Amino acid sequence: MNIKLNGETRETSGGTIAELLTEMEIPRQGVAVEVNLSIIKKADYDSFAIKEGDAIEIVNFVGGG
Amino acid sequence: MQEDNLVIRGIEIKSRFWIGTGKYKDFDETARVIEASGSDIVTVAVRRVNITDRKSPNLLDFIDPKKYKILPNTAGCYTVEDALRYSRLAREAGVSDMIKLEVIGDEKTLFPDNIGLLKATEILAKEGFIVFPYTTDDPIMCKRLEDAGAAVVMPLGAPIGSGLGLRNPYNLKIILEYSKVPVIVDAGVGTASDAAVALELGCDAVLINTAVAGAKNPIMMAEAIKHACIAGRLAYKAGRMPKKLYATASSPIEGML
Repeated sequence: MNIKLNGETRETSGGTIAELLTEMEIPRQGVAVEVNLSIIKKADYDSFAIKEGDAIEIVNFVGGG
Repeated sequence: MQEDNLVIRGIEIKSRFWIGTGKYKDFDETARVIEASGSDIVTVAVRRVNITDRKSPNLLDFIDPKKYKILPNTAGCYTVEDALRYSRLAREAGVSDMIKLEVIGDEKTLFPDNIGLLKATEILAKEGFIVFPYTTDDPIMCKRLEDAGAAVVMPLGAPIGSGLGLRNPYNLKIILEYSKVPVIVDAGVGTASDAAVALELGCDAVLINTAVAGAKNPIMMAEAIKHACIAGRLAYKAGRMPKKLYATASSPIEGML
């Protein structure tokens, strides 16, 4: 299915946030996930189902002042 | 020396020098600068994970969250909505409830939009955030932020990244007199002496990034500012002598030939 991940259209076979993170090799620590502008709690990563066309943002910390 | 920690909403901070992690050559330099600064609180920004290059290193691999308090910012946010969004994402990323809140009003000056800042402070404080708002050096604004639930106020010394030093130390003095919350100078410090002056005035801490990252030798500058902050804080606590217009001899008159 196609999703928009961090602004880019992308195909994923991950059905949940947890599967998407595994597929992308992104660790759960130090990241936050937003689907269609709603933040998904870490506890819900395993159950939250991704749908076709979802806009997903995954953020982490970078250097800043 | 006696313990002189700053306590903000129960969080104990040892260092009066808070350091930003932006604009270093690489994460290795970032880690070495933090070490040299002696700081135990560092700021970070919230950005998209690099999904194209998953081999790129992660900042948090270089900053041990057990050793350092991580203070995420909302740098780059120009609206209340964006600042709230970044703050909530930062909290969910799981480091802490602290947020260095920036609602920027203008690209050229990076001065804060104080109206938006006040709104965002109010909302985030109600949501349980420990809000560190970056504001102008306006005593009334600082008071309003405090009343809105800010844990500290962070008046600028000069525009972000300008290195101009404290452009209005007299306003800072009034802010210090008015504030019941800690006052941390954020932005504008250009070199060690600027940091010393801020601490001598009685500011509780300074947050510095560009003065270190933009120095020819960032690691040496981090160490210099560390000493300046220690010196400034001690001088403040020691209580400076009053200024006088005319001379007072230091050597006795008695016993002169």
